[in-house]
Amino acid sequence: MTQAIATNTVAPLPLPEGVQGVVADWSSDQRAFKNVPWGKAMMWIFLLSDTFIFSSFLISYMTVRMSTTEPWPNPSEVFALTLWGKKIPLILIAIMTFVLISSSGTMAMAVKFGYEKNRKITFILLLITAALGATFVGMQAFEWTKLILDEGIRPWGNPLGAAQFGSVFFMITGFHGTHVSIGVIFLIIVAIKVIRGDLDHQRPGFLTGRKGNYEIVEIMGLYWHFVDLVWVFIFAVFYLW
Amino acid sequence: MAHAEAQQHDTQGHQHAHAQGQQHPIGIYLKIWGLLFVLSTASYLVDYFHFQGYLRWFLIIVFMLLKAGLIVAVFMHMMWERLALMYAILVPTVLLMVLLGIGALEADYTFFTRGVFFVKGLL
Repeated sequence: MTQAIATNTVAPLPLPEGVQGVVADWSSDQRAFKNVPWGKAMMWIFLLSDTFIFSSFLISYMTVRMSTTEPWPNPSEVFALTLWGKKIPLILIAIMTFVLISSSGTMAMAVKFGYEKNRKITFILLLITAALGATFVGMQAFEWTKLILDEGIRPWGNPLGAAQFGSVFFMITGFHGTHVSIGVIFLIIVAIKVIRGDLDHQRPGFLTGRKGNYEIVEIMGLYWHFVDLVWVFIFAVFYLW
Repeated sequence: MAHAEAQQHDTQGHQHAHAQGQQHPIGIYLKIWGLLFVLSTASYLVDYFHFQGYLRWFLIIVFMLLKAGLIVAVFMHMMWERLALMYAILVPTVLLMVLLGIGALEADYTFFTRGVFFVKGLL
């Protein structure tokens, strides 16, 4: 018994770095992703598949926009708002961008305080992140309402130009908004787990027997940053182009 | 005694392994946050000042890639991960460039045929 434990005290060999490390990791006949909890590796693989979904949307948007013979509605004017009697181009989208980036910042700090096991600050930061995410979805609902009711934009056509504008817009922003909404729900769930102390006491989650720990805050963070990342691309190629 | 010592060793090793798990000073997050704000403002200004043509597209893509890079590298901790994970996630996205190229070719062709068959006065 004593012997068995004593043999375990030897420090593991250092892992090779660089390209040699890649080969060693992948050919090690063990898990390929060292120093990474499997939940995190799986989240990365899910995000990779989600990248392909969003890329398919954005690339099909590119093809319909390049191939239409009708003029494309100018997003700068479509998404302008009149504030204080002055028409400011694209201002709503700019504010939404800043809201989402801010939520990414608070999320990154929540991960840091989570690993420090600072329950209160992690909880507060997660709630701020969720609130900013909900604000973003709210502004998107306002934007959709304005486009549908005031501008008469429909998925099958609109009075401003190319019919594809509506279908692409509702498809891409709708899919992204759904991601944000799901993220807000999970942020609240993780925040509750943090403040209840589930992660400190290693209580299992409701769908798993796996012991809870602060890695789930980082995994949640990966998803949330990805949502922000997708918005970076949508903002650039749909709203600014 | 040996048991207790081994256990202590084990917990230390365990804590050490945990300390390795993505802990970085708060300053770097705040700096990147600020940088993302600056880059977003810059890309908004591209529209505000009505830059057009290649300059507009160039600036939009540069700001987009810088922002994406900062988010993935720092906020998602990719720059501190092992190369095996980095390659597994980042290399497949390069394949999307192929899809992008095919899409562009197809769109050009569709635009050309629409021009030939749909636009009045050409035939």
